[in-house]
Amino acid sequence: MATSATAMDRAAPPESGLRAFVHRWRNGDEVAHVITLVFAAGILLITSLLVYELWINSSLSRSKFGLMFFWTRVWDPVAGDFGALPFIYGTLVTSVVALVIAVPLGLAAAIFLAELAPRTLSDAIAFLIDLLAAVPSVIYGLLGIFIVVPLMRRVIGPALKSTLGFLPVFKGPNYGVGFLTAGIVLAIMVVPFIISVSREVLLTVPREQREAALGIGATRWEATWQVVVPWARTGIMGSVFLALARALGETMAVTMVIGNDPKIVTSLFAPGYTIAAVIANEFTEATGNLYLNALIELGLVLFLMTFILNGLARLLIVATERGGGHPA
Amino acid sequence: MSDLRLAWRKGLNVVMLTLTGVAAFAVVAVLFLILGYLIWNGGKSLNWDFFTKLPKPVGETGGGMANAIVGSLKLLFLAAVIGLPVGLMAGVYLAEFGGKTFSFVTRYTTDLLNGVPSIVMGIFAYALVVLPVKHFSTVAGGVALAIMVVPVTVRSTEEFLRAVPASMREGSMALGASKWRTIARVVIPAASGGIITGMLLALARVAGETAPLLFTAFSNRYWSEGWSQPIASLPVMIYTYAIAPYEDWHRQAWAAGLVLLALVLLANLGCRLVLNRRGNYRSV
Repeated sequence: MATSATAMDRAAPPESGLRAFVHRWRNGDEVAHVITLVFAAGILLITSLLVYELWINSSLSRSKFGLMFFWTRVWDPVAGDFGALPFIYGTLVTSVVALVIAVPLGLAAAIFLAELAPRTLSDAIAFLIDLLAAVPSVIYGLLGIFIVVPLMRRVIGPALKSTLGFLPVFKGPNYGVGFLTAGIVLAIMVVPFIISVSREVLLTVPREQREAALGIGATRWEATWQVVVPWARTGIMGSVFLALARALGETMAVTMVIGNDPKIVTSLFAPGYTIAAVIANEFTEATGNLYLNALIELGLVLFLMTFILNGLARLLIVATERGGGHPA
Repeated sequence: MSDLRLAWRKGLNVVMLTLTGVAAFAVVAVLFLILGYLIWNGGKSLNWDFFTKLPKPVGETGGGMANAIVGSLKLLFLAAVIGLPVGLMAGVYLAEFGGKTFSFVTRYTTDLLNGVPSIVMGIFAYALVVLPVKHFSTVAGGVALAIMVVPVTVRSTEEFLRAVPASMREGSMALGASKWRTIARVVIPAASGGIITGMLLALARVAGETAPLLFTAFSNRYWSEGWSQPIASLPVMIYTYAIAPYEDWHRQAWAAGLVLLALVLLANLGCRLVLNRRGNYRSV
């Protein structure tokens, strides 16, 4: 894409010196430049300020607990003992469960939309899936409480126990709320992101790649799975990272179905707790500065986790789309 | 042997391709399930009182969420007034003025800001607005939502400005207009439809946010006057009502869910239809 700036530079070679600057300043170009620049710099400022506020407002907790914060299993507001481990554990477990469900489902759907479906059908379904991504998370939570939790208690839980009950992750009492329920709700929430991004990436794979594979006798599936998907691998990874970042930071839907119990147990049926959920639940009732600082430090941890993941995801997506011969 | 292998390959082809179709339709089915369930449950509970009355005291049935509807609108108004201009100007900078490195850094930061969990945005707004004045307020909630509006607006504005053909800019410059005049009178008007729909999408997105409001705008069971008191909003009401143990509150949570979803989806539907007609727009 030819940017306007280069076209304009060519059209009007800059005059030199102070007079040129004054001239441009008079006709408003420099003023406009500086004003918009200030707003753009504002974004960098907001982001830096965000990190600064999280850092400053968690100082009490950071100096008192140090690195042990990440290694302590106790969360006792009354005694003033705070450890992040159960929340980190819960956040990771629910997100992994979500990905285990959402990645195969999302990738399959993306393959269908990019490789098989006629373009109009593909666009129509992609449109509906974008709408699904726009549903507010509190609504997923509402449906989670009143549909997924009872379903878990009566149908999914018992079915898993009778078939895979020998696995330690499917042992223990089934309350309906817990890691698995949160994982299922999260999976539904992140699947649109995986589909939407993966489909875009798959569509950038050059047609010659498919034709060459089909030409040497591959079936449609073989061409897709052995040629097209590996070509788009990095971008698909990017979509998974994006989904993971969203799952880690998702608050409302998880808070409503996880059970809110800071324990580390292997059973997926057991209630747990996540970083985002504990902040949502306890922030307004946090008594004392240490308690509040500990919660804000949890926020800092969550911020860093998603920041790194998102950074990686964006790089991967840009890399594949460039590799596919498409200007990003 | 080779016949058997061919049969296996063909069979696998059919099975796997069918499975991909099943997956796609399963995901779409979820959307319709959500819609159907909400319309069914919400429709049963929705009545005139919901839009006109205040919440009843705990234990009494009936009442509505008039204050939360107005509250959501007030919060969105603040988010729009604070967030949209920032996003617009930054988007103009990136599309029209930006140098290479600084633009790349800004764009990247914008994407990362977009990915910051909403609950963390809540903490940020809490530290910025609530801590200094020591009480929850409408302004704090508005600031939290405004920050979330910015990155989405920046990216969509930039994209639509870039889509304006260079020939239009050159035509304007050739007539002697300055660069700024060209941008303000030619480029932005040409992209205005897209920019405005992009802004509406950004607002629709934050309209459903709950987490950043929990400890900024907090909630309120009465009318909130001015901008410095805690204020109720639809998403926070849905959350508190859904986890409460009262049957009548659940009923109202469904009604609120239906109203919120209808608003968000209609805004999305309208915007996306407009955008799709205009060509490529990427939502993620």
